Amino acid sequence: MPREHYLNATYGIRSWLLTTDHKRIALLYLASVTFFFFIGGLFATMIRIHLLTPSGYLVTPETYNKLFTMHGVAMIFFFLIPSIPAVLGNFLIPMMIGAKDLAFPKINLLSWYIYIIGGCFVLYSFGTGGLDTGWTFYTPLSSVYSNSAVTPAVLGIFINGFSSILTGLNFIVTIHTMRAPGMTWFRLPLFAWAHYATSLVMVLGTPVVAITLLLAGLERMFHLGFFNPALGGDPILFQHLFWFYSHPAVYIMILPAMGVTSEIIPTFARKPIFGYSFIAGSSIAIAVIGFLVWAHHMFVTGESTYAALTFSFLSYVVAIPSAVKVFNWTSTLYKGSISWDTPMLYALGFIGLFLIGGLTGLFLACLGLDIHIHDTYFVVAHFHYIMVGGAVMGYVGGLHFWWPKITGKLYPEALSRFAAVVLFIGFNLTFFPQFILGYLGMPRRYHTYPPEFQVLNVLSTAGASVLALGYLLPMAYLIWSMRYGKVAGPNPWPATGLEWKTDSPPPTENFHITPEVTWEPYDYKNRPDLGLAAGSPLAPVPGDD
Amino acid sequence: MQSQLPLYPEQASNFAPHVDALMLFISAVCFFFAVAITVAIVFFFFKYHRKEADAVGVPIHGDSRLEAAWMIVPLILAMAMFGWGAVVYVDYRHTPQDTLDVYVIAKQWMWKAQQPNGLKEINELHVPVGRNVRLTLASEDVIHDFYVPAFRVKMDVVPGHYNTMWFRPTKPGRYHFFCSQYCGTNHALMGGWVTVMEPSDYAAWLSGSSGGEANPVVAGEKLFAEKACITCHVANGTGRAPSLSGLYGAQVLLADGSTVTADDAYVRESILQPSAKIVAGYQPLMPTFQGQLTEEQILALTTYIKSLESQPVPAKGAGIASPSEKR
Repeated sequence: MPREHYLNATYGIRSWLLTTDHKRIALLYLASVTFFFFIGGLFATMIRIHLLTPSGYLVTPETYNKLFTMHGVAMIFFFLIPSIPAVLGNFLIPMMIGAKDLAFPKINLLSWYIYIIGGCFVLYSFGTGGLDTGWTFYTPLSSVYSNSAVTPAVLGIFINGFSSILTGLNFIVTIHTMRAPGMTWFRLPLFAWAHYATSLVMVLGTPVVAITLLLAGLERMFHLGFFNPALGGDPILFQHLFWFYSHPAVYIMILPAMGVTSEIIPTFARKPIFGYSFIAGSSIAIAVIGFLVWAHHMFVTGESTYAALTFSFLSYVVAIPSAVKVFNWTSTLYKGSISWDTPMLYALGFIGLFLIGGLTGLFLACLGLDIHIHDTYFVVAHFHYIMVGGAVMGYVGGLHFWWPKITGKLYPEALSRFAAVVLFIGFNLTFFPQFILGYLGMPRRYHTYPPEFQVLNVLSTAGASVLALGYLLPMAYLIWSMRYGKVAGPNPWPATGLEWKTDSPPPTENFHITPEVTWEPYDYKNRPDLGLAAGSPLAPVPGDD
Repeated sequence: MQSQLPLYPEQASNFAPHVDALMLFISAVCFFFAVAITVAIVFFFFKYHRKEADAVGVPIHGDSRLEAAWMIVPLILAMAMFGWGAVVYVDYRHTPQDTLDVYVIAKQWMWKAQQPNGLKEINELHVPVGRNVRLTLASEDVIHDFYVPAFRVKMDVVPGHYNTMWFRPTKPGRYHFFCSQYCGTNHALMGGWVTVMEPSDYAAWLSGSSGGEANPVVAGEKLFAEKACITCHVANGTGRAPSLSGLYGAQVLLADGSTVTADDAYVRESILQPSAKIVAGYQPLMPTFQGQLTEEQILALTTYIKSLESQPVPAKGAGIASPSEKR
């Protein structure tokens, strides 16, 4: 371990709460998103226990509705959206491009405070009456009919939106202006490309949802008619505005996880990633086309047939860049030198779950099929495969990959591999039965259900208990490792990124001397500094690269 | 009933076999790709497992022919899914001509259906097998959604709009219907049963069970007088507003020269936003009834207007272009 690093450079609570060090702010985010993850997870646990019996096992209908709403709000706005960007992105983007910090360190700290203030509003809503509108806040249910604490919740999400916008802005400016000498655009790690695309969505999309929820709040508080037909408004307008952000928001969650995967796979296969520019370009393509597919959430609202055809078509188009990534990741494994370390297990688990999540999106994009499966458990299963199977696997995998860099310590390898397998199995057990439930016609957001759906619900709850174990294990051993783990050294894997060229944990200024980049990304061949048997690959080098 | 763990619900409408075929096609394509990629990953995972601690992989940077192939082939398959899905969807949205028209009103947390003869049901819907049924959906409060899994049909019920849907039941029996758009506390209880009957049973049921419920035509007529509609909409066409006799289903000539079919949505809009479409030859004098009538009252008025037979030679032309085109 280095003698002085960002963790021990200064001491005391003030040195954390007033820090402008992107690495410390990342840890502030790590603590706060973990808190919201456990709140959201607690609600999910209660939902799954409740659904053990058809008549509902645990709570009243009012409480059940609040549970799934608060689960969604906590998980989406306060865990998934900030998780990878604000924790790993914050920590790594300056280091990956060879910078000392983000472009606007104080704004970075401000983002965290805005997040905390927004979070307080939402927790206040949860504590004083709860929230029962569904995380989608559809009007006029949310703006007129709900008796729960909608106003503080929408204000909290409105406020939290600025945190996202500022983080996105910070990343864009940093990536444009603060790259080290030699760090050209096409030498950027794919993690940075993914975050650049994510930031575009954050900056362009978030204002729309913030304003939309504010309008719903104004309608609720002052009876201004935006969405309530009794006041001359249109509830469908709300859905257009809401999904204009909230569909791209899915890409805010998944693109960074794709970025993590694109780092892990070449590292543990010890070879350049297959099709670098296609993976980088597909991130941008997803961000751009992702803005043009929102009304596929609205095929059964009575929207015009031409609109439905257009949005279905575009939804199929956006599937292609995601497919490109999966094919490239798989091809990267070919003739690699593949280790079975924990981050690799998470990355491959990510591909498997994202594959199912992505492919089932093709079912939902299909107009004739969506009519039947829209708003059923099929949708619930699909987006959990993307958001939990994809985004959370990516996040946990990323934590394992960069944990030695963040803390300077290694976690117990055998236990962490076991946890990764438990997580993968638990996840599939929980959510795969829900695809079948959905096709059988069980609508989502039901506190009670016809008895013929019980078997699959019990299976799903059983899986959820395995899944919970899969989350608690890493939580326990990662904390344990901070004190008792083995010292990692600067580059334990070894990986090729700039962040591994400095101490673990890094010094406050990240690098003792500003690095200069002279190599291509994920290049193991021309990197004698990595101490590997470069030039002695498994087979002769083909001449076609 | 089916086996203990079925994979798809019963097929009880014209749409069900098409939707299930589509499902099978997409499942087969996706299954192929899922298996192919998983097998490749697992194979590489073991085949190229690192043997020596300092070994590195073969530096392969990419192959643009492969990239092109795995963009074009999935795109073609995706377009096949899109095309087939679109064909099925257009069928959903294209209501055939001769339908049995049933009105459905949703409110927190119950469904009311009104049969063509005015018979009302709550959380039940009776329809004859083999007949095209068209539902016109209205909501008194929030967004609901009428969903019959066995028919593979679903449509949102949006306040302020009339949405319509159609299906042709193909198998007698009792099938769940659900509210599938979250609508508040008792969303999960807002369901019921569709009973598909042989046509003769349906006819007997329709004539035999008209209980004490007020006939909507009578209720509509009463409202028509109470709300003073009758003072302007005089039956012989001599009033300040057009006669409504024979209006329903006819083509109406508007002040801007265009024509519109006087269907449910037109009648509803004309009650709630009278100045949206002005009938040729008349002034925009009518006040709005937005917020003053429930969906059920609007439906009663519509049913009454529908019952008004065409009167001979309406004065002023009454704006009706071609009464012969009545449904």
